[in-house]
Amino acid sequence: MSLEAHLALTLGQLRLEAEVAVATGELVVLLGPNGAGKTTLLRALAGLLALYHGRVVLDGQVLEDTADGTWVPTEQRPVGFVFQDYLLFPHLSALENVAFGLRSRGIPKAEARRRAAAWLDRVGLAAHAGSRPKALSGGQAQRVALARAMVGEPRLLLLDEPLAALDAATRTEVRRDLRRHLASFDGTRLLVTHDPLEALALADRLVVLEDGRITQTGNPAEVSGQPRSCYVAELVGVNLFQGHADGHTVKLPGGVLVVADDHHGEVFAAVHPHAVALHRHPPEGTPRNVWPGTADTLEVIGDRVRVRMSGTVPLVAEVTPAAASELRLADGGPVWATVKATEVVVYPA
Amino acid sequence: MLRSRIRLAAVLAVAALALAACGGDDSGGGSGGQSPTEIKVFAAASLTAAFTELGQQYGSANGGTKVTLNFAGSQALATQIQQGAPADVFASADIPNMDKVKDLVGTPQNFASNLLQVVVEKGNPKGVKSLGDLANPDLKVVLAAPDVPAGKYAQQALEKAGVTVKPVSEEDNVKAVVTKVSLGEADAGIVYVTDVTAGGDKVEGVDIPEELNVVATYPIATVKASKAQDQAQAFMDLVLSAQGQQVLEQYGFLPPPTT
Amino acid sequence: MTAVAARRSRRRAARPRAGVPLLLLVPAGLAVGFLAVPLLGLLEETSWRDLPDELATPLVLQALRLSLVCSVGAVAVSVLLGVPLAFLLARVAFPGRNLVRALTTLPMVFPPVVGGVALLLAFGRRGLVGQWLDRAFGITLPFTTAGAILAEAFVAMPFLVITVEAGLRAMDRRYEDAAATLGAGRWTTFRRVTLPLIAPSLGAGVALCWARALGEFGATITFAGNLPGVTQTMPLAVYIALETDLEAAIALSLVLLAVSLAVLIALRDRWFPSPSA
Repeated sequence: MSLEAHLALTLGQLRLEAEVAVATGELVVLLGPNGAGKTTLLRALAGLLALYHGRVVLDGQVLEDTADGTWVPTEQRPVGFVFQDYLLFPHLSALENVAFGLRSRGIPKAEARRRAAAWLDRVGLAAHAGSRPKALSGGQAQRVALARAMVGEPRLLLLDEPLAALDAATRTEVRRDLRRHLASFDGTRLLVTHDPLEALALADRLVVLEDGRITQTGNPAEVSGQPRSCYVAELVGVNLFQGHADGHTVKLPGGVLVVADDHHGEVFAAVHPHAVALHRHPPEGTPRNVWPGTADTLEVIGDRVRVRMSGTVPLVAEVTPAAASELRLADGGPVWATVKATEVVVYPA
Repeated sequence: MLRSRIRLAAVLAVAALALAACGGDDSGGGSGGQSPTEIKVFAAASLTAAFTELGQQYGSANGGTKVTLNFAGSQALATQIQQGAPADVFASADIPNMDKVKDLVGTPQNFASNLLQVVVEKGNPKGVKSLGDLANPDLKVVLAAPDVPAGKYAQQALEKAGVTVKPVSEEDNVKAVVTKVSLGEADAGIVYVTDVTAGGDKVEGVDIPEELNVVATYPIATVKASKAQDQAQAFMDLVLSAQGQQVLEQYGFLPPPTT
Repeated sequence: MTAVAARRSRRRAARPRAGVPLLLLVPAGLAVGFLAVPLLGLLEETSWRDLPDELATPLVLQALRLSLVCSVGAVAVSVLLGVPLAFLLARVAFPGRNLVRALTTLPMVFPPVVGGVALLLAFGRRGLVGQWLDRAFGITLPFTTAGAILAEAFVAMPFLVITVEAGLRAMDRRYEDAAATLGAGRWTTFRRVTLPLIAPSLGAGVALCWARALGEFGATITFAGNLPGVTQTMPLAVYIALETDLEAAIALSLVLLAVSLAVLIALRDRWFPSPSA
């Protein structure tokens, strides 16, 4: 059971061109900033958008192929979709919402309602079967939406930011439940989110989509350990540089980075903010990487202070509040940043 | 504060309405006897062609006085006058409707009479030959409504002939009957002789024998509330004069009954 | 607290700053007067004692029954033809769509009598379509109740189409996407999702259509004619009665007024839904 898709389409300003493959049993999370095309991608897989060029194959069945004109309309695709704002039919009760898909496929009313009731029980909402969507809380509505999508036993389950509409408190609890329900689902699963926490918590494999293109894919550890785009670097909280490596030096647009490992060719270099030291005077010591700059913004996060530095090599440093006040970083003025070569992680681009 | 504002607004609104009501009457301002350049003549629908010409004759003979004509069923005109419509002259197609407004008009005088005729499409495709044929259920017959003079006269004629007709529509004025027949929607109708003539080459008439026919008497009178009494009287005089009678005869009307 | 102070504090607490400019209140007041005075005049002229007798005459009862039959018939025709049309206009971008939309709203704009004349030229015995109907099936529409229904539908359908089209445009089409992902074909989606979602617009459209059909005069008298029991609907009966029997005319007008008022009051919530809804 798997999904294989090459997708190319244009929607307004967005040009989506991506290859997505989801293997049996793996929960793939599509992560990206707003406007990246995540929802568009899901809608294309569901058949709500036609491809300009490409192919979608689910469990060996060709759902769409622009080469020979194959097109399976949405209602015939074995796909379940959980929408971002759930889109529960406002004029139907929770039970009727869940039963809707079954009845549309010809299952008699009584049987459909029975199965729907069983699913509502499974998500813990048996008591709310008769309620209208507007009487349900965000978490409850999300569970009804999930039940509604899953009751028809789809082969592919698509979830579009399933937790985005919830407040932070509900989110954690619902995320736990979602993980449980998704684990018990035996089809192919593809979830979309812009929340890195959610992505890292749920994913077996991460696919990063930016501006219609996939910039990175891998398991959460790989992705966060070796970011390949500024977006991921920002998410993970790491300074990312890209340049040309020649032995132990990497040529950056604003300077040269001395690194411990030997590399050649185009590389990414990641530096964790806590590996950056700040000085008011040009330092003397072992660090090979010394750059002048100015402290632009200071951000207190817990018991650390994040300092955004601009200069020839812009980066983010993390220091203690005591250090920040000692150096009077808030007053601005010239600051030197140093990074030990051994603290730089280099990997091929 | 809002309440007092609303109160002020209400006062202003009432004042505005009152002023508008006072300002009303603009023409001539005040008593009659002036010579306004317009008179309004309310005339039965069957007088359309004849009175249009008379109106033009009057206008050119009286320094361009405009004669505004309002043609409709006499029953409608009588009601309008009762409700205070600004007519100067009223010409009815029957005496009962003139009687309806007898307190509002001067002494009426009969100025013409008319006879009924059956109107059919040119070529008489349904072969209507008499009043009796109108009883044929397959024929679509249109009559003027019972309260319209033409309708009343038609009923009288049908009663005389002992014929019962089920019309498919009862029109508001006699001209509408002609229209329905000339459009081909109706097969036949009962109208005045003058209407058949006025109907042009789309229609033709089937005579009703004299013993079954009904003579329609047309009275004319000036309206008491008119602000142009002299002009109204002058128009009425024109209608009754030899010149006016000639015009009426031209259009198929008969002279008024002598009694 | 003293009474004066209590009163003062109550006034201060309850009064929000209204801020309605005087310049708007005056014309608004005039507008209310303009609309209310004719209706008040009608109520004032009614002889309430004789009203039950006036309403019980065969003329009135016939006109009433006919009006109800024809207006409901006109609504049925409008719904059967108008809802699909509204759907087409709202959802399908076909060439000439703007022209079709203009055509649909045309009967709202020109005088009903003109509509009647147009209907005669189209469906009259010599009309474009009418002559074929007559020759092939022996069906004629003028002078029949069916003709009256057609005339009323002609002028009233645009109201339904416009309201339903607006409702279809305003609805969130993603609900239809959701239905599709749940396996519903297009007809099932239309029936079980779209229609219920636009039910308020449909209801408002039906009510407006019905009210317009009920009040229709010009097209009816021109196309269908005027015959008590067959084509003399209430507005026609009022018109004819006005010329001879004022009391009957007033009684009929009152009935029409009451019915229209009832419809508008029932519609009030649809047109101006309260914020809490």
